[in-house]
This record gives sequence, C-alpha cells and structure tokens, in this order.
Amino acid sequence: MGYFELMGFGPKGWGLLLAQATLMTIAVSVTAFAIGAVLGALLAWARLAGGRGVNLAAETYVTVLRGIPDLLVIYLLYFGGSSALTSLMKALGNDGFVGVNAFAAGAIAVGIISAAYQSEVYRGAFGAVAKGEIEAARAVGMGRMLMFRRILAPQILRFAIPGLGNVWQLALKESALISVVGLTEILRQAQVGAGSTRQPFFFFITAAALYLILSTVSGWGFNRAEAAAMRGVRRA
Amino acid sequence: MDLAFLGETFVTLLGGVPLLLQLTFFSVSIGAVFAVALALMRLSGNPLLDYPARGYVFVFRGTPLLVQIFLIYYGLGQFPEIRQSIAWPFLRQPYWCAILALTLNTAAYATEIIRGGILSVPFGQIEAARACGMSRTMIFRRIILPQGLRTALPAYGNEIILMTRATALASVITLMEVTGIASKLVSETFRAIEVFACAGAIYLFINFLISRAIAWAERRLSPQAAPQSAAAPEPAR
Repeated sequence: MGYFELMGFGPKGWGLLLAQATLMTIAVSVTAFAIGAVLGALLAWARLAGGRGVNLAAETYVTVLRGIPDLLVIYLLYFGGSSALTSLMKALGNDGFVGVNAFAAGAIAVGIISAAYQSEVYRGAFGAVAKGEIEAARAVGMGRMLMFRRILAPQILRFAIPGLGNVWQLALKESALISVVGLTEILRQAQVGAGSTRQPFFFFITAAALYLILSTVSGWGFNRAEAAAMRGVRRA
Repeated sequence: MDLAFLGETFVTLLGGVPLLLQLTFFSVSIGAVFAVALALMRLSGNPLLDYPARGYVFVFRGTPLLVQIFLIYYGLGQFPEIRQSIAWPFLRQPYWCAILALTLNTAAYATEIIRGGILSVPFGQIEAARACGMSRTMIFRRIILPQGLRTALPAYGNEIILMTRATALASVITLMEVTGIASKLVSETFRAIEVFACAGAIYLFINFLISRAIAWAERRLSPQAAPQSAAAPEPAR
C-alpha cells in the first residue's frame, strides 16, 4: 500500500483518524494554554504586587516548573492523581483502582508548565507599559480596577502577543507528550497506526508534518494578531 | 512521610544520573558543532547554503522532540536499505537514537542562538580587522567567533538546561535514566507522588549546578563587565 493510500480517506486509509487526532491535539493544547493564561496572570500579579512571601512562592513555582522535565509533570499529575484518587475512594469505602482522565491530567500538566512561562511574558509586558500612563491614570482619579481594565490590561495583552506566540508553540509541542498517558492525539494515533501497519516511518513523518502545519498556521495567526494590535502604535 | 522510602528512592534514582549527564553532554557538544556550521550557512549570504539551513531549523523547531525520537528509533527501521547499512548497529540501539535525536534537535535551537551572537559583533571591529589585513578566516577565528560565542553564552546556558530536561524523553524509548527509573519504581511501588517528586528534585539540583557553572563561565569570559574593584566604596548611610 502506497503512502497516499495509507494516509488517505479511503476504506483502508488512516486519514479520518489522523484528522480527529489533530482536532484532539488542538483541543488539549488550547485548554492547556487557557489554564496557563489564567494561572500565569495570577503568578505575574503575585510577582509584581505580592508581599515578600507571595512573591517568593511565585518565583519558586516558576523556577521549579521550568527546571523539571515536562514528562515528569505529566506523569506526576496522571499517576499521582490516580493514586490520590484511588486512596480517596478507598477512604470512602470504594475499593479498586480509579484512574484520572488523560485529557484532564494532560491539559492541567501542560497548563501549569505553560503558566510558568506565561507569567514571565506578562511580567515583561507589564514592564513595557509606560510609567507615565499609570501616573496619568492615577492623576485623573482612576481606581485600581478601572486603571487595570482601561490602561494596563489592553496594553499588557498587546505587548505580550509575541511572547505568548512562543509559549503557545511550546504548549503545542508539549501536548505530544500527553500521548504517553494514552490520550489519542496526533502522536498516539501515529503510534497506533505504525504498530498495526508496520510502517512507522510513514506515520511518524505524517505526525511531524501535521505538527509543522499547526505551528506554522498558528504562528501566522499570532503575526496577524500582533499586526492588528500594534496598528495604532507609531514605530521608530 | 516515609523518610526511609524517600532515601531509598533517592539513591535508586541517582543511578540514572550518569546516563542523563552522558545524553546531555554528547548531544550538547556535538549539537554545538552542527549549530556553528548551520549558523555560518545562514550567514553566508549564499541562498544555496542559507535556505537548507533555514529549512532544517524550521522543521526541527516546529515539531515535537518526541516525534523526532520516534521517527529515528522506530521510523528508520522501516526501510530494508537502512537495516542492511553499516549504521544499523547504531540506529538499532535506543542510546544512539536518543543521542542522535537530541543532537539534531538542539542544533536547530542553538543555530539561532549562535547566529544572534555572531550578528551582535560590532561592525567596526570587523572593519578594523580588515584594515589590519586579516584574512576572512582569521577574522572569523580571532574576532567574530570569540565575541559571538561570549554574547551567546547566557542563551546557550538556557538551551543546555532545556536539554537536561529533554533527556527525560529518552525514557520513552526504554532508556533507564532518572525518569525511566522513576516510572519503573512507580509501577513497582505505586507511590507516584513521592517517587516523581524525588526525581524532580534531582533535575532541579542538576539544573541549578549547570546555571551556576554558566554564570561562572560568563564572568570569566567577560572580565570587562565585572564591577571595578578599585571603585570608590559606597558612602555610609
């Protein structure tokens, strides 16, 4: 069977399964990125405005999550979560193994790693907001919330777009690691196909191509978003 | 908290550290050689050299490392030509496949780091070297490369730390480095949280040492940036 027949949408082709797996990769990466955005924003807030203890805790979080392998975080959430859940159920009088959902464990794992990177991006973007603008907002009597909503948030998001683009690419590539806990995303589907047809090269090169397409298209999207967000900014 | 278990786990996991360091050392050092060559191709101004290097960087940075590892370890064996070639005794072993994948991957990231470093060398220096009558290769060897590498060092340090983290993926193709031993221990003891936390601590400690070493090398290589010892003491407050 030739390559295109194997990857096509015919009766013996794997095209449909791979397309579904691609949607799964997109879903899990987007979920992880969103978790990372919320947690990352909180961490950046802790680093910028927290007291010494809060600041140190946030800094430690970032250092730890950037220093240990992403695979270890996924294992920790999946197997650690399963064993915690099992012992919780045992305490409630329900014997037997309880596994956590691979999608949830994977998305949370990639999300908490992404949060560490995103917090640094938001922190840098906050630093890029001109101090005079904050002063001016205070001078016209804006409250903290109003100032955040009207002055800080829009500009932080604008300055953060290029950095967020990089962090998104990281999350997209890290989502491939979730295949080790059995979520049927691109890489897992490619492994299944490689195993049942004995043509691993074809399947893994297709997986690589799918990731390249996803990262190129989303990179282009981030460039467009940056151009749109910067359209009112005068450049030297 | 079962301290005896934690201690035992820690000692068992330390057995994976030599393999982890080997994987990092080989891939980073061979990758650096590739990266310098690729960076020169990018900067050559010759499209026949520039575009292949661009394509290489694009492909290896745009796909997950785990896909690259699987492609090399499982994928290459699909072809009888490769199975009968002299490279097969190497490509059959997970160890060499992991080193090959990690090397090719880090080379792509390091290319851009080194390219940035080389581009940061002020043009006046190159002009001055030309005025002294240095040849192109001598300018590169004496002026561009030493300063470019020094500028690239902090970013390169980050890349080395990322590679240390990335060696964990070698456990997926059966190599028993720290993460591999940890998952084996978990399947025997079912104590995932303690074992993986121990493994995480080992990675953190190694990365801490690497970042210290890089900071030390940075200081050694840029004596001009060090605070002047003869500076006036700070006035008492």
